[in-house]
Amino acid sequence: MFEFLGIPPQALFGQVLLGLINGSFYAILSLGLAVIFGLLNIINFSHGAQYMMGAFVAWMCLNYLGINYWAALLIAPLIVGFTGVAIERLLLKRIAHVDHLYGLLLTFGLALIIQGLFRNSYGSSGLPYQIPDELRGGQNLGFMFLPYYRGWVVVASLVVCLSTWFLIEKTKLGAYLRAATENPTLTQAFGINVPLMVTLTYGFGVALAGFAGVLAAPIYSVNPNMGADLIIVVFAVVVIGGMGSILGAIVTGFSLGLIEGLTKVFYPEASATVIFIIMVLVLLVRPAGLFGRAA
Amino acid sequence: MATEAVLERPGGAATKSLLQVRELEAWYGESHVLHGIDLEVGEGEVVTLLGRNGAGKTTTLKSMMGVIGKRKGSVSFAGEETIQLPSRAIARLGIGYVPEERGIFSSLSVEENLMLPPQVKPGGLSVQQIFELFPNIKERLSSQGTKLSGGEQQMLAIGRILRTGANLLLLDEPTEGLAPVIIDQIGATIRMLKSRGFTIVLVEQNFRFAQTVADRHYVVEQGRVIDMIANAELDANIDKLHRYLGV
Repeated sequence: MFEFLGIPPQALFGQVLLGLINGSFYAILSLGLAVIFGLLNIINFSHGAQYMMGAFVAWMCLNYLGINYWAALLIAPLIVGFTGVAIERLLLKRIAHVDHLYGLLLTFGLALIIQGLFRNSYGSSGLPYQIPDELRGGQNLGFMFLPYYRGWVVVASLVVCLSTWFLIEKTKLGAYLRAATENPTLTQAFGINVPLMVTLTYGFGVALAGFAGVLAAPIYSVNPNMGADLIIVVFAVVVIGGMGSILGAIVTGFSLGLIEGLTKVFYPEASATVIFIIMVLVLLVRPAGLFGRAA
Repeated sequence: MATEAVLERPGGAATKSLLQVRELEAWYGESHVLHGIDLEVGEGEVVTLLGRNGAGKTTTLKSMMGVIGKRKGSVSFAGEETIQLPSRAIARLGIGYVPEERGIFSSLSVEENLMLPPQVKPGGLSVQQIFELFPNIKERLSSQGTKLSGGEQQMLAIGRILRTGANLLLLDEPTEGLAPVIIDQIGATIRMLKSRGFTIVLVEQNFRFAQTVADRHYVVEQGRVIDMIANAELDANIDKLHRYLGV
């Protein structure tokens, strides 16, 4: 067995994989935040709670209705996305014309309410969610052991991220979305229904969070606080990548997960703070973020 | 329910009225900008709004399109009252809008900019016809929209609303900041569009240019229409016009 800088390969690649897994969640969540911020100009603070809801809906589907993981992967984002549509129509729409800080406050309050409701009903110790039978076990690759489920998470989130990128950058619907993000008044003056797009975009961004929640359910226990713990890091990722850049959110998400994993190998003491250190450095050099356009 | 109102054009034949604006008022936030605009445009006519900077020409166009905070009065298009409608519904009645500064989207390619406005009526120009009109656009389809020159951007801004089937075009200073040779091309385009039956309302600072394309001119001052001059009578009224425009 070879060693790299005194680190056994099992440990190195194990952390790289872990980093990619975390990166997968950073990427999907920051992508949703970027899409929402682009069109609604709202920093969606309830994103973490909506990710948690995705995990809980998957858990409820399995335990109350006997709906398995694969179906939940489709159903949970739809349900969470639908609650997003309701939130946009009933609440966010009403404050769209005032300062965007109000949107931040509103979604922050919603996050507290949603987390409180789940904590009240399910406690905060966490509920188990089994890895689906098809993805149990793993493969020894020689230099590391690859659990199938973890490999699946990385692949699934890459596919979802790239599909979202394709949808936004390469399709007609995406062109409407980019146009409405850049100049909603003119887009509307061409006969395009911008308010409807705003609602669906919020629903879609939130559904992405729900999807990430289902992916996370078998890895982390299903817990009302799971989103609150993650979302702070995700906001740092978004700041580093630059608000409103789709590809930037994806690349930054995966890279920072990887950097975090590698830090765990080479300098474990800094692993919890490395992302925030990078955030400070990026803000000093490029305040708009690595991929963001200066305002 | 199309109105059969007939508009007497000075120096021309009577045409069917397409757009009627009555006592139109508009506000930007608290500031009252239009104080009662009255004008009428017949089908197939090219009409300009002339006036000094800040007279309310652009605001008049924006108010017709419904892209302004608050407005009241009446704007009726093809017999339909639009004052209560959101801009997307106004566009769908068949009104195409080229805003001040052209409104080309930087996050869209030239092709995406061209294809962005949805078709609202049958009878628009085909993409092929638009390329024949503006060959430069065809060469630059995959470029970022705002990488085009000012003249090309103006052609793209006009081209994209010709696709939609809109029969009334609102053009806000299409010649602003452009070289004389490009201005000539825009002028030729407007005359061609008129010959195809488009109705056009044009905001202009440059009455020399307006004279080469328009049937009539409305003079706007302090949020009101203060005069209307037929194009044929423009030269006879040149002193009056100079006074209005302060040139």
